[in-house]
Amino acid sequence: MDTRPPRQRAEWLQIGKEVPPNRRSLLVTLSFILPLLAWSIVSYVPFIWHPLVKVESPGSVSYFEQGMLVERDTFADENRTARAEARAPATGSLANPVYLPAPHEVARALYVAFKTPPRLPSEPWLHQSLWHSIQVIFWGFAISSVIGVPLGILCGAFPFFSKLSEPFLEFFRYLPAPAFGALAVAVLGIYDGPKIAIIFIGTFFQQVLVVANTTRKLDPSLLEAAQTLGATRAQLLFKVVVPGIIVDLYTDMRILLGWAWTYLIVAELIGTMSGISYFISQQARYRNYQNVFAAIFIIGFIGLGCDVLLAMAGAKLFPWRAAKRGPSLRALVRRLLGGSSKIDSKGTTTQPA
Amino acid sequence: MIAAAQLLESPQSPSHLDQAPPVRERFQRLYQRPVLLEIDDLGRQFHSEQGTNTALERISFRAHRRELVCFIGASGCGKSTLIRIVAGLDSPTSGAVRLDGHEVRGPGRDRGMVFQGYTLFPWRTVLENVTFGLEVGGESRLQAANRAREWIELVGLSRFANAYPHQLSGGMKQRVAIARALANNPRILLMDEPFGALDAQTRAQMQSYLLQIWRQVDITILFVTHDLDEAIYLADRIVVLGPNPGRILEIIEVPVPRPRDASQFSSDAFFATKRHLESLIHGQRTATAEALPRFKHEHPDSDVQ
Repeated sequence: MDTRPPRQRAEWLQIGKEVPPNRRSLLVTLSFILPLLAWSIVSYVPFIWHPLVKVESPGSVSYFEQGMLVERDTFADENRTARAEARAPATGSLANPVYLPAPHEVARALYVAFKTPPRLPSEPWLHQSLWHSIQVIFWGFAISSVIGVPLGILCGAFPFFSKLSEPFLEFFRYLPAPAFGALAVAVLGIYDGPKIAIIFIGTFFQQVLVVANTTRKLDPSLLEAAQTLGATRAQLLFKVVVPGIIVDLYTDMRILLGWAWTYLIVAELIGTMSGISYFISQQARYRNYQNVFAAIFIIGFIGLGCDVLLAMAGAKLFPWRAAKRGPSLRALVRRLLGGSSKIDSKGTTTQPA
Repeated sequence: MIAAAQLLESPQSPSHLDQAPPVRERFQRLYQRPVLLEIDDLGRQFHSEQGTNTALERISFRAHRRELVCFIGASGCGKSTLIRIVAGLDSPTSGAVRLDGHEVRGPGRDRGMVFQGYTLFPWRTVLENVTFGLEVGGESRLQAANRAREWIELVGLSRFANAYPHQLSGGMKQRVAIARALANNPRILLMDEPFGALDAQTRAQMQSYLLQIWRQVDITILFVTHDLDEAIYLADRIVVLGPNPGRILEIIEVPVPRPRDASQFSSDAFFATKRHLESLIHGQRTATAEALPRFKHEHPDSDVQ
């Protein structure tokens, strides 16, 4: 019998156990590769789906045109008829519907979309549309935060404010923000005002409740310790509550900013259509679905990029936070940027007896 | 009460009441010092849907200046409630607490507190934690930092002045907490099972640190614990509390001479005091835990009994 100790082989599936770094990078990469792979298979392997035929030469079929998409059955029927009547059959290749462009088409569109001038001189370029969207988000989120964060902290710290405002906010939070579209247009006009208002309404009420909850989670013994050290009420608020919750608050804000993006698309449809939503609906109208996909992906990239950047900034801003393993995407980006060792070593520099 | 407790002990064994002359003289001097803290007929009741629970009843006690008093008792005897009332974090239902003749109403800088949980501010470095009390007291940052450094040195953590709490071990955190409380120059230091979360070795180390600090600083200490050895090792007097309702069973003058060190753990005075404390605290209970129901074991093992 083999008497050597069994080699420690890490299981792939262990409940609640952290995955070693090399596997983590692999899994993070796979999380993007797998959907892309699925999409590629559907796009490039003809027998998976491809319900249509793209006509290459119409042959003798009168209504076929080159580049036309027809149902497979129709195509086969027409060619059977043509062959029976000894006419020239049409030729074509299997294709997916126009609304599912292949990855390479979207990839090309991602590059080309920024270089393509708009069809009409009055229409904005893609980068102008994007910049417009970003401005709308920024103002909606900023106005909401300027009021919502202090109010949330007050609600979390003082039951007085909590009881005074939270029941109403709870109610208001269930009113769908887009429902205020018509009202917002009536009050604020047709340009950016109502769009910012929709993002504000969509963000603000959640924000107050989320921030209040975060504030309530502050360890009450920190407040007691500060009291025994002589802190007044205002000092408790500004020297204990605010710094005590700021890390969690920052995380809340990142999540809320994500929600603001989801309200953007609805907001931009209100009044005069603008920004990235305008670009998307225009491109859909022209049946440039690769551009539609490209624009949707761009939103995703901006959102994810913002979040990763904010998360990395957070690690710099809050050095007291024990170096925990954050979402691995951040770690991967950090590894790619080559700064991993500096940040990882932080929590383990001093562990004296 | 005392007589009953003595009956339990054999007549030959030394009693906790036997004090060597230096110890007796020390207590005489101690009682001549002015009274710093006066707890006067204090009561605290908690009202809930299940009814009224009396956590503390008729607690009267006086601590003298520079005295180290330990409050000890089984869980549920209200010792934490008592120290929180002294700190001003809780208020009594009846009676009063007076510090230097002034009645305690709410927390204040004259009473520093060290909690069992680590209550350091995680966003502040060691130095910034210790300056907190001075800052909120209106001292300039520079002045506060200078004074805080002295206290950090006193607890032996100068090297870690710029470390964040998460980088420190449990014992170090509690030393920072002690420095933070003392930096405010309180009249009294309240400690609520401060070493309860530490491992045995660190705990012993912290106890001797505390005695060293106490020797160098003019401070009265109220120390809550449930550890008999800890209480005897640290205290001048031990206030023994009993549960349901929380009340003072006895106040014991610890006969172990000062300065204390670990070798005294095996001295007669220490043993006698410990035996007496044990009979007080655990006396009412049965000696062994209630027998658990027996389960049939498939493979009885004669070595395990």
